[in-house]
Amino acid sequence: MTTADEPEVLSLLEPLHEPDPEVLARLHQRLESSAQADGLLDLAYRTVETSVGQLLLAATEQGLVRVAYAREDHDLVLARLVELVSPRILRAPRRLDAAARQVEEYFSAGRREFDLPLDLRLAKGFRREVLAHLPEIAYGRTESYAQVAQAAGSPRAVRAVGSACATNPLPVVVPCHRVVRSDGVLGGYVGGAEAKRTLLALEAAAG
Amino acid sequence: MKQPFERVVEEHGATVLRVCRAILPLHDAQDAWSETFLAALKAYPGLDGDANVEAWLVTIAHRKAVDVTRATRRRAVPVETPPESVSTDGVPGSHDQSLWDAVARLPTKQRHAVAYHHLAGLPHKEVAAILDVTPAAARRSAADGIANLRRTFATTDNPQGART
Repeated sequence: MTTADEPEVLSLLEPLHEPDPEVLARLHQRLESSAQADGLLDLAYRTVETSVGQLLLAATEQGLVRVAYAREDHDLVLARLVELVSPRILRAPRRLDAAARQVEEYFSAGRREFDLPLDLRLAKGFRREVLAHLPEIAYGRTESYAQVAQAAGSPRAVRAVGSACATNPLPVVVPCHRVVRSDGVLGGYVGGAEAKRTLLALEAAAG
Repeated sequence: MKQPFERVVEEHGATVLRVCRAILPLHDAQDAWSETFLAALKAYPGLDGDANVEAWLVTIAHRKAVDVTRATRRRAVPVETPPESVSTDGVPGSHDQSLWDAVARLPTKQRHAVAYHHLAGLPHKEVAAILDVTPAAARRSAADGIANLRRTFATTDNPQGART
């Protein structure tokens, strides 16, 4: 960015405008480490490639706080995290090493459950209770929205279970894809019907 | 609306590095960049949503550079005439390096004005606020710096770089 009204100066200084991507990448890594050490890295994120597309993983110091499908628009998801958690966000893969590894293991059919610290701050009240119950649905099994409502202690709150699943901030890891309609129809999914089918087929094949 | 800090680094990281490189010796420039962005990350939640982020970053970098220069001066052994700065990295006499050297030889105020106005693209008014001078003085320093740069750069290293 140089003053456009002085073209001669611009060409004089042109050699100083060469960016060095390698140096910048190294400086970025140094920033990630010192931010982490100083307790300034409120949110770290990275992406992983999976058979249901690119997933965004974001973690606070407490644990994994958000998993997002590409169709949710990762830029929008990060913008929401600025408002809901903090603007101190860096692409800092190291904090997500374990989460990324477990997600990759899940998709290569080796891993049946996740063993990660979770930060459920993005889910409130009843929705949070629903999410807390979901990991109890075994790998390769499904439950109906009504069954989940019952297990969460509010048998009449079937619609509320639906919206808890639709707004699950941690899809895949908190298995809302295992909740289907009692008539056997798959029902909606934050990652799209195709992704839900893929996950259930993956688990059926491995289970 | 406030961007995730990662976007701030993406958008302004290269410019701030050039500014640090222009106002500090090579070995201090990268440290100044790191300190600038760490301080910025810390203060970021309190920054106004509509603030000029680049001017804010350059202001932080300027303060870091002043600190570094002061610390270096305290450590330095005084000599009567400062040694000519010689390029020891990159290809000797390469176009880029000789220009960086020419920038390094500018008087401090001119170097700062050139870096903040021409490399960071800040208006003279913003540069004036950072340097604590009037906008007219900031404009003059930038113009003098460019004139100086043309002269020294053209005569010492790269005669064909002269523009008349």
